Order: sequence, then C-alpha cells, then structure tokens
Amino acid sequence: MATVTEGRDVARPDGAPPKQRRSREGAVSQAQRASIVTRAAIATALTVLAVLWLAPLAWALVTSLKREADTTTVPLEVVPEAGFTLEAYTRVLSNDNIITWFVNSTVVTVVVTVLTLALSTTAAYGFSRTKFRGRKVLFALTIAGIMVPPQILIVPLYEQVTAMGLADTYAGIILPQLVVPAMVFILKKFFDGIPSELEEAARVDGASALRIFWQVVMPLSRSIVAAVGIFVFIGAWNNFLWPFIIISDPDLMTLPVGLVQVRSSFGIQYAQVMASALLAGLPLIIIFMLFQRQIVRGVATTGLGGQ
Amino acid sequence: MSAVGSTPQSTVPAPAAEVDRDAPGRRREGRSLTSIRGGLWFVAPFLVVYALFTLVPILYGLFLSFFDTSLVGTSSSFVGFDNYARLLGDAQVWRTLGITLLFTLLSTVPLVAVSLVMALLVHSGTRGQWFWRFAYFAPFLLPVATVTLIWQWLFQGDFGLLNGLLRGLGLPAVGWLSDPDWGLWSVVILTVWWTVGFNFLLYLAALQGIPQTVYEAAAIDGAGGWRRLLSITLPLLKVTTGLVLTLQVLASLKLFDQAYILYVGSGGPGGVAQPILQYVYDTGFVNYRLGYASAISYMFFALIIVVSLAQAWISSRRRS
Repeated sequence: MATVTEGRDVARPDGAPPKQRRSREGAVSQAQRASIVTRAAIATALTVLAVLWLAPLAWALVTSLKREADTTTVPLEVVPEAGFTLEAYTRVLSNDNIITWFVNSTVVTVVVTVLTLALSTTAAYGFSRTKFRGRKVLFALTIAGIMVPPQILIVPLYEQVTAMGLADTYAGIILPQLVVPAMVFILKKFFDGIPSELEEAARVDGASALRIFWQVVMPLSRSIVAAVGIFVFIGAWNNFLWPFIIISDPDLMTLPVGLVQVRSSFGIQYAQVMASALLAGLPLIIIFMLFQRQIVRGVATTGLGGQ
Repeated sequence: MSAVGSTPQSTVPAPAAEVDRDAPGRRREGRSLTSIRGGLWFVAPFLVVYALFTLVPILYGLFLSFFDTSLVGTSSSFVGFDNYARLLGDAQVWRTLGITLLFTLLSTVPLVAVSLVMALLVHSGTRGQWFWRFAYFAPFLLPVATVTLIWQWLFQGDFGLLNGLLRGLGLPAVGWLSDPDWGLWSVVILTVWWTVGFNFLLYLAALQGIPQTVYEAAAIDGAGGWRRLLSITLPLLKVTTGLVLTLQVLASLKLFDQAYILYVGSGGPGGVAQPILQYVYDTGFVNYRLGYASAISYMFFALIIVVSLAQAWISSRRRS
C-alpha cells in the first residue's frame, strides 16, 4: 500500500510539471472541503465493521479465559465475578491427543508446502523455459486441472489410496494434496516474464539446467515463491475434508479433524472448546502478523488461480 | 537426471554466444538458446503425481459411476447409465442441489457487496491500514474447524452471544441452529464472516491499481467524491467484480465443510443445510454406495464446468 501511494506522488516526467502540481493541490483541497463529515462517516463505518468482524474472536477469547461454570450464565457476563483463568488452556494442553494432532498438522503442513513448491516450481520452469515433445498438450492438461474441484474426487480417491495401502498414513494425507495446477500456472506466468539474459550467461559459463534453475531463476523469484508457499501452507494447515476422510486413527489426525472429533467429548465445556479452537488458529494469525505484506500481495497475484 | 545437464540443442561455439549476449536485438534467438532438451525431467515429477492423484481418480470415478459398486458389497456389476437415470428421479439430489444453489445466491451477494464496501472504506486512506486489513482478513486464515466451533458457540440457543444480545435488546431469541427457517442463514452468516476477507483483498489490490491521474483529471472537472466513486471507481472495478463473482460462485457451490461441522453431519434442522456435496459424502461414506455417489459427483462436476465455461465465455465476449 505504502509503496503504491509513494509511487503515485512522484512527479511524472511526461506531463507539464506546473499544471500537474496545481491539479494535485486542487484534488487535495477538494478532498479537504468534503472531508470532515465524510471522513468521520468513513471512520465510523470502518470501526463498526471491525467490531463486527473481531467480536466473534474476542468472545471466543473471553470464553476461553473463563471457568467452565462461568461460561453459561444468563444474562451474559463479559468479566466473570470470579475473574479470568488459564484453566481451560492448561487442561487442553495437558491433553496428549491435542499435542499429537498439533505435531501431525505441523509435519503434514510443512511436508506438503515443501513438496508442492518443489513440484510446482520445477514444472512451471519446465513449461516456461524448455522444449520437449508434447509440452503444449501437457501444459493444457495441467491447466484443465484448475477446473477440477478436489471435492468431487473424494470417493474414487478414497478407494484408490486405500487400495494403495496408504489409508491412515502420513503419505495418504500428504500425496493427494501435492497437486495444485493453479500454482503451476501462476509460477509459469511469472517465469515467462523473467528476461532470459541471465540464464544465457550462466549457460555460456557451462552451468547445468538444474543449476541455472536453482541458482539463477529461484533467487529472482523469491517473492512469488513466498506468496505461493504461504498459500499452500494456509491451505494445508486448514484442510479438513481429505484428512477427515482418509484418517480414522486418532494418533494420525490433524488438528482440524481432531478438534471436530473431540468436540463431543468436551461435552458442554465451552471454555475448553474455545481454547482448543483458538490454539488451532494461532499459528496462522502469527504468520499473518509476520507476513501481512506478502499475504496481501499474494492474494492479488494468486487470486486469479486461487481457491 | 543426466539429461537435464545435457548440452544445448545447437552446439553454439563460445565466441558466437558472446556476440549473441552482447547484441540487444537478438533476444529471441537467445531465448531459444535457453531451451533445454531434457526439459521433460523438470515437469515429470509434477506430472507423475498429477496423473496418480488427479487424472486416475477422475477416470476411476467415471468408471465407478457405471457400476453399482458398494463399499461393503463383494460383487459389483456394470449397470450402464442406471446410476445417472436414478439420480434424475432422486428427490434428495434435487433438494440438496436446491439448497446448494440457494446458499450460493444468499452468500455470494453479501460476500461481493460487503467486500467491496470494505475495500472502498480502507482505500480511503484512513489511518490504521494494518489494523483494518487484519480485522477484515484474519478470519479467512482460520481453519474451518476453528471458525465453525466459534460460531457454534455464538449461535448456541441459551448461552450464545447472539441470543444474549437479542435478549439484551428485548428481542426474542432465535433458534439459529434449531429453527428450519434459520438453519441455512446461520451457515451463510458464518461463511460471510469467514471468507469475506479474500474478496476484500482482491478489491483492495484492484483499487490500488487505478492510476491517480484519472482522479486528478476528474477533480479538475469538478467531480465530487460520490461522482468520482460512481462514474470512475465502480466502472473501473467491473473486471475485478467479474473475477470476484466467479470465484465466489464456484467457492459457494462447493459448500461442505462448515455446514457439515456446524450440524455435526446431520444436515441441520429439517435437513435445510445439507448441500449436494454432503449428499455425495453420505451416499459414499455413510451408505457405502460408491457407484451412485460417483454419479452424483459427476453431475455436480458438470455443473461446475458449465459455470466455469460460462464465465470464460462472458469475459471473452466483454473483452472483444
């Protein structure tokens, strides 16, 4: 955002400078005249929406900090008389299952992200920069895959993965998640736009294709690879349907699947349910706080092939 | 892997390559120099996994849809188009498809409109950009299990926040999860809250892409804020709206996770929140009728493809 605005304010070399300056001041004063009322209205609307969008999270947090008995009061209390407590969190974190699911989710998500990036970047580079018989047909086949919703494949995929002996294994959760044709498409478009001079220079120096890819092209593509990587990571961490179908062993469940299964065993212990739900979302909130800029840009670039 | 490192197609002598690099007008030829014969090795790993876990299941699913295969049965026989014929007369198919389409309509309208309003407001440049973006987008990052468990608690009849607020205002409580009139709306509300942030960021990026000069020109002509919004900003967002709308319709049609978790697989009060994908799931994994479940999947797949192609056709017609 900041960079875009700065870019706009830089005087443009093409137009006549004095005229442009006047026009910009005109725009500002115009905006100022309308400002006070409009700005107050905009700020109010922004705040109302922010309250609506944050309230569910805030209420979940407040609930998770109460004693179980204080969660079900009528009328509702924001601050319970007995005060807040971390009891729900200590209970949840002392539950071995939840720790196991957290570890499973982490392993699955990291492996899916690394392997998806490896498969997608090499494929995109191959489609963008190399020639081989059938390249166009194979690329068209890849693009067609963007239209296939993974949900329609659950029945045959379940049969197939089970027949391969991969039900209730990490491999069974991971392998079907590695194919994201949309990401190959996005990366290929990016590689197409990289001028080939650098690669040529490296070739002349005798570098192999794999080395050129790794040492010349990948460093130039850091931002797009990061954007794709963050999205794959979010998708894998949040994936529910496939792990839900292929895993029945509680020791192999991922966090989203485990939470849904365990919900009933918590009974009406809302503080613990909220604590576990928030803990499952926490890694992603932290990632957003660290990488907001990349994520915001990533949505814009990956939006085309997204979902 | 040795093929990857093989020599270029044309064995160009070193001096010629030097010249080529220095001559600016010869970039296209340079491009072909970069082409590698062993390129298939780059795409092979992806294609193998793609074939195994997308293409094979597509074909296998199609194959299954012509058999009366069931997960428990030992034998399965070829039944031709029987599964497809049966789904045309299956009231559950039409009911769940209707629910899916209704949900798509009810969710797409607010998901596009609210995200546009959010983006316009944030783009006004009010202080606290980071905070607004966080507030509107953060829910999108949460796992569906987290989102649904939180809303299940908010919707809770006796102690939930929503009914608590309604009672505080002197209004009657609503059976968010128990009243058939509200069952689907609860899924809509949850979904709008959860996913509006994605559309919001698409709109925000589009707004930031509009050159400032356009507004400057309009300001000289004396166009006020509303005027500029209506006659410049909104028309320039048409392409983005088309994109957001399509992505949203496709995403809404695929409703399953949140509806399934919210109602613990029951389909909601009176089954009013059972989407078609849940019917596929129930048919395949609860009733073990794999062949029939595959046939329903394929009917739904056809619908998705029709929507995708219709969008491509509309956008290409608009461009020309």
